[in-house]
Amino acid sequence: MVTINGTAVDAAGKTVSEYLQEAGYEVSRVAVERNLSIIPRVQFDSTILADGDSIEVVSFVGGG
Amino acid sequence: MELKQMNEENQVYFVDSDQLPPEVLARKHALESDPSVRSDHMKYLADMEIIDSDVKDRVLQAMDEFDYNSYTAADVERALSHETCSVEDFKALLSPAAAPYLEQMARRAEAETRRHFGNTVYLFTPLYIANYCQNYCVYCGFNCYNNINRKKLSMEEIEHEMQVIASTGMEEILILTGESRKYSDVTYIGEAVKIARKYFRNIGIEIYPVNTDEYAYLHECGVDYVTVFQETYNPTHYETLHLLGHKRVWPYRFDAQERALRAGMRGVAFSALLGLDDFRKDALATALHVYLLQRRYPHAEFSLSCPRLRPIVNNDKINPRDVGEKELCQVLCAYRIFLPYVGITVSSRESKEFRDGITKICATKVSAGVSTGIGDHEAKYTGKEDTDTGDEQFEIDDNRSFDRMYQDLEDGGLQPVLNDYIYV
Amino acid sequence: MSNKSDKLVLGGHEFNSRFILGSGKYNLNLIKAAVEQGGAEIITLALRRANTSPKENILDYIPKGVTLLPNTSGARNAKEAVRIARLSREMGCGDFVKVEIMHDSKYLLPDNYETVKCIEILAKEGFVVLPYMYPDLNAARDMQNAGAAAIMPLASPIGSNRGLATKDFIQILIDEIDLPIIVDAGIGKPSQACEAMEMGAAAIMANTAIATAGDVPAMAGAFRQAIEAGRTAYLTGMGRVLTRGGSASDPLTGFLR
Repeated sequence: MVTINGTAVDAAGKTVSEYLQEAGYEVSRVAVERNLSIIPRVQFDSTILADGDSIEVVSFVGGG
Repeated sequence: MELKQMNEENQVYFVDSDQLPPEVLARKHALESDPSVRSDHMKYLADMEIIDSDVKDRVLQAMDEFDYNSYTAADVERALSHETCSVEDFKALLSPAAAPYLEQMARRAEAETRRHFGNTVYLFTPLYIANYCQNYCVYCGFNCYNNINRKKLSMEEIEHEMQVIASTGMEEILILTGESRKYSDVTYIGEAVKIARKYFRNIGIEIYPVNTDEYAYLHECGVDYVTVFQETYNPTHYETLHLLGHKRVWPYRFDAQERALRAGMRGVAFSALLGLDDFRKDALATALHVYLLQRRYPHAEFSLSCPRLRPIVNNDKINPRDVGEKELCQVLCAYRIFLPYVGITVSSRESKEFRDGITKICATKVSAGVSTGIGDHEAKYTGKEDTDTGDEQFEIDDNRSFDRMYQDLEDGGLQPVLNDYIYV
Repeated sequence: MSNKSDKLVLGGHEFNSRFILGSGKYNLNLIKAAVEQGGAEIITLALRRANTSPKENILDYIPKGVTLLPNTSGARNAKEAVRIARLSREMGCGDFVKVEIMHDSKYLLPDNYETVKCIEILAKEGFVVLPYMYPDLNAARDMQNAGAAAIMPLASPIGSNRGLATKDFIQILIDEIDLPIIVDAGIGKPSQACEAMEMGAAAIMANTAIATAGDVPAMAGAFRQAIEAGRTAYLTGMGRVLTRGGSASDPLTGFLR
């Protein structure tokens, strides 16, 4: 299992791009962190999620 | 003949001693008349430390841009009504437009002084331990071509002078030398400071500028603060007045206070010699030098002096030119309003009347029991004759003793303070 | 004095506007009008966990050419703020970041100590760091030395609309720090923004005052006018104030020859 934004998800073995698209994220508008390290956008296609990974998917919202 | 071609206004300073051999005299005349035989005054010598600092450039730029005739009475009135005096306000206060506002400036300055210092005035005395000098600064009595009695006190003589001074009750001393590394090296000065530590609680030095490691050594010996006067902040004019020696290097002198602070000194003191160049520009530069360093070294103590030119041995024609007492007072009030927290020292170059008046407005430190000669404190204090003394740097005006100055300050409603340092 | 050449410079970037607009707590549809009427060239954003299948994205509502200033809200220490800043930059919207670190949930006061540590790291990584801070001179000096591009002291607790409660201390920062001082948090109405600008603040950041107004874009416009008025007054040099009452009789300068 992979923990994504705090929820356990069965996504091990998928690339980051595959997962984001399947889950319905707007890929061009998010940043992704795996185990506290940023995954650069250009590596979304080549990075494969592994069992035990902790993933954060973030985007901008209004703020002051 | 060639002398005539040189800057007319410097003529008053040139005095030839009949003791100088012809070749030395020829060299002196060449330095005075031919800029091409003089070294590059903006170039550091090999033994001079260069520090990374933009303060010089900022001061020079501000000086260059300062058009004091552009300020009006309205600018001065605005400046006086602002709670915080900005750099722009300070410029207005230095301008000719502020002259009619001198009394108002004095009142504002007095209020700032009382707010920051109460009614206290510190007392100190200078002690010249040697008058050898390797520089040719045309207006100075110690200059290497001037025919004066030279002397360097031995450690025994230094201790004796200090005992004489300390016996008056004085607790703060300023140790001075002529600018000669050869005759008064850093170790010699350091040893003098160690002796001073036995008799005084606060020790300043006014010596040739040195490198950071040397300031650190002197601090270890017991020096609390370092005074270096830039004389004039205008490098072009500086070049025509400081014709020979280490002192000729303008930027190394400028950085002296910053090196001293980096070396751990508690405080630093600054001044231009008013009357050498355009005094309004020099006053702006001096205050900005303090202002910019204070922002970088906020823990340090800063103080300003305001010497005007005085007659010297063998030349009684030297005078403060366009800096009259009113102009001097205007500069000092502007300093106080712009830099309310800095100490302002007024030396015995000024008259008793001026010093009594200015301590009521903005001065926070005055000298007393002063001699600018070498080894003659006992003679001056007790009347005991001694012919083995060195000649003085300049003539003083106010020759009041420590006791007399102390009493006069008290009578004027001020509180004389000998020292307020706590050593921890 | 010409206002044309009067630019706000942050980390080498020049701005004509001195109004930094927040984007929180109001309808995304109002952002464009608020930016336009406020004349804002910088807008703040926050970073949050993304939603799947989002209905809208704030980036679609911000006019082109406006500089994005992501904040690190939610960070409780330097380490978390660094993480958020890096993720924000990964969004590809520039190097600006407003560091805000709070671990006090009652007053939401910023932690100056952690903020200094965060600036040291981010400035080295090339960020243009604008720290939100409690107006303390020593902390501001440390932030300047750590590489901050400006200092953003709070006027009063964030979101309180209580105005310049820290006025005297902000004035000290303006007088002593060689960086733009941007007053952030607590400015509740245009007159307060104007007053801060008259004091010499370099810019004003406001969010709640606008978000909670009856007409959001109109209030943004009112702030613009107030900020411009205050700036002009500051540059022109405030007029003299006459004191009441007479002064002492003896002249202080009578001794001068």
